[in-house]
Amino acid sequence: MKLDRTNKLLTGLAVAAAILVGKLFYIQIIDDSYKIDASNNSMVHAVIYPTRGIIYDRNGKILVGNKVEYDMLVTPKEVGEFDTLELCDILGITEEFLKAKMDEYHRDRRKIGYRSVVMLTHLPPQVFMRFAEVAYRFPGFRGQARNTRDYPFNAGGNLLGYISEVNTSDIKRNPEVYKPGDYIGKTGIEATCEEYLRGEKGYNIYLRNSHNRIESRYKDGEMDKEAIPGKDIVTTIDAGLQHYGQELMQNKVGSLVAIEPSTGEILTLVSSPGIDVEMLANIGSHYREIAENPYKPMFNRAVQSSYPPGSVFKLVNGLIGLQEGVFTPETEYPCHMGYVFGRNRLGCHDHRSPLDLEEAVMMSCNAYFCYVFRDILENSRYASVSEGLDAWNRYVESFGFGRRLGSDFPSELGGTIPDSRYYDSVYGEGQWKATNVISLSIGQGEIGCTPLHLANLCAIMANRGYYYIPHLIRGTDNVSIDSKYYEKQYTLVDTSYFPVLVEGMYRAVNSGYGSGGTGTVAAVEGLDICGKTGTAQNPRGDDNSVFICFAPKDDPKIAVAAYIEHGSFGARWAAPIASLLVEKYLNNEISPSRKALETRVMEGNLMDKVKPE
Amino acid sequence: MNWINGRGLLKTIDWKLVIYYLILIVIGWVNIYASIHSSEPSSIFDPAYRSGKQFIWMGISIAGAVLILFVLNPRIYESLSLPVYLATIVLLIAVIFLGVEVKGSRSWFAFGPVSFQPAEISKIATSLMLAAVMSQSGFKLANPRNFFTVASIILVPMMIIVAQSETGSALVYIGFVFMLYREGLSGWLLFMIGMAIALFIITLTCSSYISILVLAAVTTLCNALYSDRLRQWLRIYLPAILVLGALPFLYDRLAEKISDPEAFILKIKPVYVICALAAGLIPYFAIRAFRTGSSFKWLSIASFIAGTLFTFSVDFLFHDVLQDHQRKRIEVLLGLKDDPSGVGYNVNQSMIAIGSGGLAGKGFLKGTQTTYGFVPEQSTDFIFCTIGEEWGFIGAAITIILFIMLIWRIIKDAEHSREAFTRIYGYCVAGCIFMHLFINIGMTIGIMPVIGIPLPFISYGGSSLLTFTVMLFIFIALVRNERKYF
Repeated sequence: MKLDRTNKLLTGLAVAAAILVGKLFYIQIIDDSYKIDASNNSMVHAVIYPTRGIIYDRNGKILVGNKVEYDMLVTPKEVGEFDTLELCDILGITEEFLKAKMDEYHRDRRKIGYRSVVMLTHLPPQVFMRFAEVAYRFPGFRGQARNTRDYPFNAGGNLLGYISEVNTSDIKRNPEVYKPGDYIGKTGIEATCEEYLRGEKGYNIYLRNSHNRIESRYKDGEMDKEAIPGKDIVTTIDAGLQHYGQELMQNKVGSLVAIEPSTGEILTLVSSPGIDVEMLANIGSHYREIAENPYKPMFNRAVQSSYPPGSVFKLVNGLIGLQEGVFTPETEYPCHMGYVFGRNRLGCHDHRSPLDLEEAVMMSCNAYFCYVFRDILENSRYASVSEGLDAWNRYVESFGFGRRLGSDFPSELGGTIPDSRYYDSVYGEGQWKATNVISLSIGQGEIGCTPLHLANLCAIMANRGYYYIPHLIRGTDNVSIDSKYYEKQYTLVDTSYFPVLVEGMYRAVNSGYGSGGTGTVAAVEGLDICGKTGTAQNPRGDDNSVFICFAPKDDPKIAVAAYIEHGSFGARWAAPIASLLVEKYLNNEISPSRKALETRVMEGNLMDKVKPE
Repeated sequence: MNWINGRGLLKTIDWKLVIYYLILIVIGWVNIYASIHSSEPSSIFDPAYRSGKQFIWMGISIAGAVLILFVLNPRIYESLSLPVYLATIVLLIAVIFLGVEVKGSRSWFAFGPVSFQPAEISKIATSLMLAAVMSQSGFKLANPRNFFTVASIILVPMMIIVAQSETGSALVYIGFVFMLYREGLSGWLLFMIGMAIALFIITLTCSSYISILVLAAVTTLCNALYSDRLRQWLRIYLPAILVLGALPFLYDRLAEKISDPEAFILKIKPVYVICALAAGLIPYFAIRAFRTGSSFKWLSIASFIAGTLFTFSVDFLFHDVLQDHQRKRIEVLLGLKDDPSGVGYNVNQSMIAIGSGGLAGKGFLKGTQTTYGFVPEQSTDFIFCTIGEEWGFIGAAITIILFIMLIWRIIKDAEHSREAFTRIYGYCVAGCIFMHLFINIGMTIGIMPVIGIPLPFISYGGSSLLTFTVMLFIFIALVRNERKYF
């Protein structure tokens, strides 16, 4: 073939055809990516949202349920003529608002196309029902149900936590589960039990066109997936008691924790001031208010603060002393307004002298426990005070102090219990003596614990020597909890040493007014409450009022710790609050003779004493 | 009535062309039905839908074809070419002022339900005009006067169409270049046009610096080939150009090293280096050209200077002459910008539709992409997507091959023709159909920018179908007219 111009053109034609067919071959046969794109393109997965699991209290009362609210959707393409005045009246909106919205949709009509847009949110069902009756008169308007959280009791705002829309880091962490616009538990139980509560999304598959208009069901729905509702969570909280505890704690800063000693289940956990459940449902609009509150209502004092335990801690030191054999319950120590060492004195209040262990607990004698503590550290079994302190530290930690208890609060903190290394770094190695750290004997100084630690100590006293790790979630058939919550945790102190201290606690409450017992205000007839007061120094002002108690003395049902910032003596605020909670739990009502006390507590306002940070 | 005379009907009509034509319009009709088809079934003949309307237009077109073949005397075309051409120019101008606005361009006349585009007719008118002018005895394309006449015949309607913002339709006129080439247009001229396009793309995707280097390389290479000095070129020019190519890279390294941005060395930009080199070398080449008296060398120098100016004006051209949407389309095609939901959306969707067809396609009416409306303009400009999706690679390739066979046949017939008028007209028809085919299908599979022109015989649209039918059948009639007597 001669390569004249015609043949060149024909060759060019063949080459052009080859280019077209070649590219077709590539995208139709070789490259698979377009086939995958095509199925995404035309199938739309309409997500069916599962209902979120319900959170129950220990008695089957609903703490957090679901309620239905409605969003008002508008499909501007379908809106025809309608009575604006009537619609405004039904929905409770102004005409200006409606007009502004409709103008906006008209302006964005190209962007919106056939889609629906949200005009109003959070319509209560009553309003929506009024609309639904006459909906036929408003083409293009429709309601869409959405589940929100509902809180039938004002109990446990801080414990329950809230849900809100996922943020980008949530999606990044779990991209298969969360898509933008989904809700996730952010704090509290909603967060810790998210995995159970959220359930599993389902979907309906539709074929749609590029205007987002649904054309038909894909394979008549046989590939669709049902949504799996979230699992319910049963908490150990007693809703009624929690609510009562919150009432007792109102206008006070501090914590109130109650544990069932025989299981470690947390019955009540109040951090005051806290968050009202009203705010949880609509956390977005309250967020600023909460964040700007100087008393930090989001801060869960019960598990995150680090308070000196005060005299309550004498129980621990007494037990360690007995275990270490540095004294016996019969040992008597003198006290004349305090413990004198060198030129210093650690003061005490006026009481008779000398005292034995039971009486020292009952009257909360400082000097007595200074003798005990000093003997623990200066025990001849140990080469130095340092070693003595470290031995003491091991005992204390076996009570749960100085470390996280391992509760199911992810935010739980461990407090601090000093060891020899700490004092070496403060005073220099070997440069300190027992007298330098003597305030540890009465729960002061370099010691910090959470109210949960104190409630746990109380449970240990109630159980005479062991505890269950405090927890908030109860294991059910659907929801399993860690096996550690079912295991007894023994302290390093032999259980045989406990009864004598319990006796002291009993006498502290039940010896009658004027006997020298520090907690007599907590006595309730027939309940055999055993308690120990504490008055912890607070450098920011008045002392903190501390009280732990359990009841009944034999077969204890409840162990309570109350910690009231700037509440002065333990007997002033903490003891009444804790004992009222115990009485409420065990008797279900407050006896007439204690009604006045209840009123005083409820009306008491200590907020003025607290200087917010 | 000329059909009584001469050899019989069956022997004189090129039945192959007619059959290709008929197959193509049926393919179009079926796929228009498929592309509009939705969940509610409708008849392919239902005139409420596009397939039904297209069916009516097919009838009208075939009637028109019969009229051209059997009623009209093929002699009239040559004599009518000038008035038809002038009338078309008037219509093209009138539509700018009197037309209805469709998608931002005024290029349509509307008469009730029927609307038509003068740009369509102008393809026929221009083809006839070209054939009439160039078939005159004594016409030589090399003659500057004649060349100028031909250029204006093509460029006048083209410019008016560009003024209507219908750049796509204007591009089809490039198809006449094939005819001009056949009729003796200098290959070098074509080469230069190709070079200009290449420089345009290089300037936009890389930089004007690289563009000038490529230009220098090509000019010197051509010179070397012309004077048989390829070895010298490989030894001297190629290394020099490669070194210059590395210069901007070295310059950037240097700029990182030197902390002072005002340093003297940084003022010597690579562009200045190349300018200085050119300023020195061009006079040197000019002296050599003067000594040897080679017009080729003079031409090379002129081309190089012209190319350089062109390159520098491309940026200006691109940002100031082209309209926004055209610029965007070119950017998307060249991969300068990637936006699947913007301009690239059309191409992306259409490639998904075609790509998902696979080897044998999803089957008639089973396409999800095209029937659910993901592909825009699915029955008009993007009709090929429906073919690609529902009939797969086999169907799409067959369609392309049918077109190539049609064009091939037209060229063959044109070559066999004894009359210059028929030959030139035939090449014009082949060129127009080819441009439409390549641009349209190239656009749907992503090798051409989105240029809204229909696929001949297949896309929905009465005015387009009728125009191409008339265009093709005038050629068939011309061929038949010759065969009748020979």
